[in-house]
Amino acid sequence: MYITKDVVLNAAFLSRIKLDEKETEEMQKQMSEIVEFMDILNQVDTDDNESLMHTSEITNVMREDETSPSYEREDILKNAPCRNEEYFVVPKTVE
Amino acid sequence: MKWETVIGLEVHIELATKTKIFCSCSAAFGGAPNTQCCPVCTGMPGSLPVFNKKVLEYAVRTGLALNCDITRYCRFDRKNYFYPDLPRAYQISQLYLPFAENGFVDIKTRSGKKSRIRIHEIHMEDDAGKLVHSVEGEFTYLDYNRCGIPLLEIVSEPDFRETDEVTAYLTKLKSVFEYLGVSDCRMEEGSMRADVNLSVRPEGSSKLGTRTEMKNINSFRAIERAIAYETKRQTEVLENGGKIIQETRRWDDVKGQSFAMRSKENAQDYRYFPEPDIPPLYITEDEINHYREVCPEFADEKAERFVEQMNLTEEDAEIITASKKLADLFEGTVKLCRTPSEVRFWFMSQLLYLMNENNIHADKVTLTPEKFAEFIGFINSGIITRQTGREVFEQIFFGDENFDIAAYIKGNNLEQVEDSGLIEATVQEILTANPKAVMQYKNGETKISGFFVGQVMKKLKGKADPSLVNKAVAEALDKA
Repeated sequence: MYITKDVVLNAAFLSRIKLDEKETEEMQKQMSEIVEFMDILNQVDTDDNESLMHTSEITNVMREDETSPSYEREDILKNAPCRNEEYFVVPKTVE
Repeated sequence: MKWETVIGLEVHIELATKTKIFCSCSAAFGGAPNTQCCPVCTGMPGSLPVFNKKVLEYAVRTGLALNCDITRYCRFDRKNYFYPDLPRAYQISQLYLPFAENGFVDIKTRSGKKSRIRIHEIHMEDDAGKLVHSVEGEFTYLDYNRCGIPLLEIVSEPDFRETDEVTAYLTKLKSVFEYLGVSDCRMEEGSMRADVNLSVRPEGSSKLGTRTEMKNINSFRAIERAIAYETKRQTEVLENGGKIIQETRRWDDVKGQSFAMRSKENAQDYRYFPEPDIPPLYITEDEINHYREVCPEFADEKAERFVEQMNLTEEDAEIITASKKLADLFEGTVKLCRTPSEVRFWFMSQLLYLMNENNIHADKVTLTPEKFAEFIGFINSGIITRQTGREVFEQIFFGDENFDIAAYIKGNNLEQVEDSGLIEATVQEILTANPKAVMQYKNGETKISGFFVGQVMKKLKGKADPSLVNKAVAEALDKA
């Protein structure tokens, strides 16, 4: 398999996702399949092609530096699993 | 063994745009928590960022001011990391094609040592939110107002060898940004922050040692202390036969120490890839030429010109041009009253004094060139003396543009006394009251005449023409 168990566990750590033994195995299989699928592309000879920087042809999409009203704080905080009157609240991030 | 410190800096500045980099929320400092937020800057699924035109303008002008090559075709990259200060879980930055590269800044330290610091690159990115940690409790509070404030990160080459160079460089950057008008650079508000990359090596070695990085240090003093501490720490480790580990360390300014962060926090794995939501940017030759043309005169050039045109000393010119606001005030005043030396006198002795004494930052000074020049007129025409002038200057410094100088002088009876009869009588009075001092003068202590001049001026409330008083005192003492 392309993807080792360590790679899966590292990706899980970086995404802060907890995987049990069975899920880890399943992920390893699925992720390997995805990378294998990409292998098809590797068979194409691209030596003479410029590398692709962006998938769209559009460039310079910009807006003027003009303010528009922000959301009400209440609306911004609405979806927070934990909050108080003013802030989002999370477990303390420093010791 | 003698050790040499090698330092590279990553300086972050918040750009003074009205809105954030990818949405139209206000970028103003100091709003109530989470009131300058929208789905884009809080990373709501399905929201789409749109790039702020002004950010590109400020960025290119900064790049040119720091002598960089401007990348004609640049792009954003996605830097993935998972931390509560960034609700989107990735920062939109520039890794592969930063907009500016290969620049330099020429600096001069306090001791007069000149050096050139090379700029490796400058890139655009968005700022993260602010974390407020509860002191006692077990929570961290998140304010996302700062999320999406446009930042420039200026990455230097490891060209610093001493703290004075770092200070000179940061001072110079601050001045350049102020002259360009692209950032407030208020370190105390976090609009300018520095990461310090530091290593030590045996003096004479050309190989770089292993470096550590201290992030987000936000005052000149803290940076100086952090450099001193980390230099000492690394030197001690190496002298005891140890090895420096490449790591990010947290500078604790209260404890005056740097601390290694836990290895898991330290593991940097950002999995960069091209940002799909922001199309690439083409910067044309015409745009670059335009920004080159509108480039302002910077502090160094201005100081040089002031020395030449206004006969200032280099030191004075440097002090006056350190802030654009004050340099403009100075130049505007001189233009109106045409006596640079008198303006210089009041600028250096009173303006800077009042700013210092009252802790007033240059951009809070309200004195206009018109009012300043009008005041100088009263001095030049002899209506008030320099001594009473101090009182008047304080009034115009704190007053508004409608402050009536003439009325104030009249109302407080401050006109210069030119009545030589009155001056002579006062001199006699002072001499009579101080026979001991008169004896001292006669015994050869001629310096004591200054004491008499001072007493006479005091008696006349500083309003007497000093040259007349000097003359009267000299004559009276010779006759006594």
